[in-house]
Amino acid sequence: MTVIEETLGMSKAGDASPDERVRRLTAWHLLMGRPELGAIAGAILVFGLFGVFAGDSGMFAIDGVMNWAQVAAYLGILAVGACLLMVGGEFDLSMGSMIGFAGVMVAAPVMYLGWPAWVAVIFAFAGAMALGLLNGYLVVRTKLPSFIVTLAFMFILRGLTLVLSTYFANGTIISGVGDRLADDPIVRTLFVGSTGAWIFHGLASLGWIEVLAGGEPVVNGIPKVILWWVVLGAVAAFVLARTRAGNWIRTVGGDANAAKNVGVPVKRVKISLFVFTAFCACLFGVLQVADVGSAAADRGLQKEFEAIIAVVIGGTLLTGGFGSVVGACFGALIFGVVQIGISFTNINSDWYRVFLGAMLLLAVLFNHYIRGRAAAGK
Amino acid sequence: MADDFILELDNVSKYFGTVIALKDVTLRLRRGEVHCLLGDNGAGKSTLIKTLAGVHPPSTGQYRVDGKALAFRSPREALDMGIATVYQDLALVPLMSVARNFFAGREPVKKLFGLLPVMDMAHANATAVQKLADMGIAVRDASQLVGSMSGGERQCLAIARAIHFGARVLILDEPTAALGVKQSCNVLKLIHTARARGISVIFITHNVHHAYPIADSFTVLNRGQSLGTFAKADISKEAVLEMMAGGSEIQGLFDELEGRAA
Ligand SMILES: Nc1ncnc2c1ncn2[C@@H]1O[C@H](COP(=O)(O)OP(=O)(O)O)[C@@H](O)[C@H]1O
Ligand SMILES: [Mg+2]
Repeated sequence: MTVIEETLGMSKAGDASPDERVRRLTAWHLLMGRPELGAIAGAILVFGLFGVFAGDSGMFAIDGVMNWAQVAAYLGILAVGACLLMVGGEFDLSMGSMIGFAGVMVAAPVMYLGWPAWVAVIFAFAGAMALGLLNGYLVVRTKLPSFIVTLAFMFILRGLTLVLSTYFANGTIISGVGDRLADDPIVRTLFVGSTGAWIFHGLASLGWIEVLAGGEPVVNGIPKVILWWVVLGAVAAFVLARTRAGNWIRTVGGDANAAKNVGVPVKRVKISLFVFTAFCACLFGVLQVADVGSAAADRGLQKEFEAIIAVVIGGTLLTGGFGSVVGACFGALIFGVVQIGISFTNINSDWYRVFLGAMLLLAVLFNHYIRGRAAAGK
Repeated sequence: MADDFILELDNVSKYFGTVIALKDVTLRLRRGEVHCLLGDNGAGKSTLIKTLAGVHPPSTGQYRVDGKALAFRSPREALDMGIATVYQDLALVPLMSVARNFFAGREPVKKLFGLLPVMDMAHANATAVQKLADMGIAVRDASQLVGSMSGGERQCLAIARAIHFGARVLILDEPTAALGVKQSCNVLKLIHTARARGISVIFITHNVHHAYPIADSFTVLNRGQSLGTFAKADISKEAVLEMMAGGSEIQGLFDELEGRAA
């Protein structure tokens, strides 16, 4: 601005757009407000594709559905945490390693220290969340990108998992823990197996689902991981959309400096989000140990990337401040359907990663082309 | 003592590493006055008001509110005391809606089913639309993203927000920079109304036509130091212009443009 303009501020008449024009709601505007629409469309597309190419393969029979829903649920749990954190403007690359580490935090004390299963599970959650706290604290304290801080933890935790499992089990797998978890009433109720068998028995007696030779229905309950996913997703979506904390998460991710200036406790919000992602990763780990019956040093490998991909497909911006938990859940669903669905077709399953990479690229281009314009004010 | 100061900075210095942004600045804001802060770019005006707003703790010196020394740990504490600020960068998030921005950090809460505390979006939307309408900005939909608003509209949003929450002190850092004549006029009217309601105002501007009519007193900053505070009665418009960036040069230019020999 020249000195004259600055002094003769009056000459700038008409700079601002006319006030009295009332804006119209456009389809564009609707899209901006609903980041999950892309992922929902993607999910419909994927269902459509597999419906055509694998429709009669059993993929959409009840056991096939449980199969891909379970894959989606595991990733979905992770994606819910990653989504809130990314809306809050940060990443957690240590989530995958945390899954393996949490598994060892459960299995090693139970198998080698004689702890009751429920104590070990609480210990694992406390330990994971403390590590999340440390992650968050280091990020807000050092102001380093969370990418680099959590990359360090990705290696540290993976390494520690290996060290601990070697120390205790003299190998990379701690096995035999499944029965111990199933024997503990609290742990069994919360994490082991499936629930709602009566529904499926009912459906079977009505002849709606297939029955095995022994008289049991092919599917004997909803895996608990799916329930966890639904509950966690619903709670997180509610928090982000409706609560004060949700508004803080968006503000912090949208512009941390602005957030601070308007009185949002930026550090507290960010640290809490890191604790929550650690919680999600630990939940994944515990459910998996309960399901597989063992802990292993390579559990959760690369899951952090899959979670980030699911979140991005769900319409969340990599730059933070804008996103949707529902979208992230649909992103995870796409993952599950593609990963399992491909094996129902005669397409070589090596194409799985190619497909997901392409999805990611498409989603990022879409998000950043369309929504980046909103950030730039165009 | 007849003087009743609501905010006082006493010999405040602020250092950013090796940069001396403020050096022994004393500034006193009388209750109910409009106090204009003048100075060249980089003089330290924004740093000064951020100190008042609780963003920066002073490196040395004392900050008093209502005569009591205190140290804000965050802008939230200043806001809780009714000190609201329009920052030069506006502190708005483009990817959030008008209503969410308006209430960021101070969300209205209601109980869902008498149990769950949720943001009262209906109230937030209605208030944001109403307060913007008061400033002459018509938004039909408070869920519109701020990123889709013009610079002037955003500035009005930031001002409307500060006025809504600035129960006692309103701090405005170049609030009219992106505004046209009519909106600038609105802002000046708002400052006037605020003063009439007993609110104290600190107002930063480069525009002497905005500063002089509305202000009760002027403080001039130069390279991080205060050149003093002047009551309106003691200083002419020309002298204020003189003290603002390149004052004398501007006057010369005016004369030249108007065809008079400098
Ligand atoms: N956060 C900061 N870190 C380092 N230097 C800063 C910071 N904020 C302001 N400064 C420096 O302090 C000086 C005064 O800046 P500022 O208060 O923005 O001036 P004004 O608002 O009067 O134009 C400038 O030299 C600026 O570079
Ligand atoms: Mg400034």
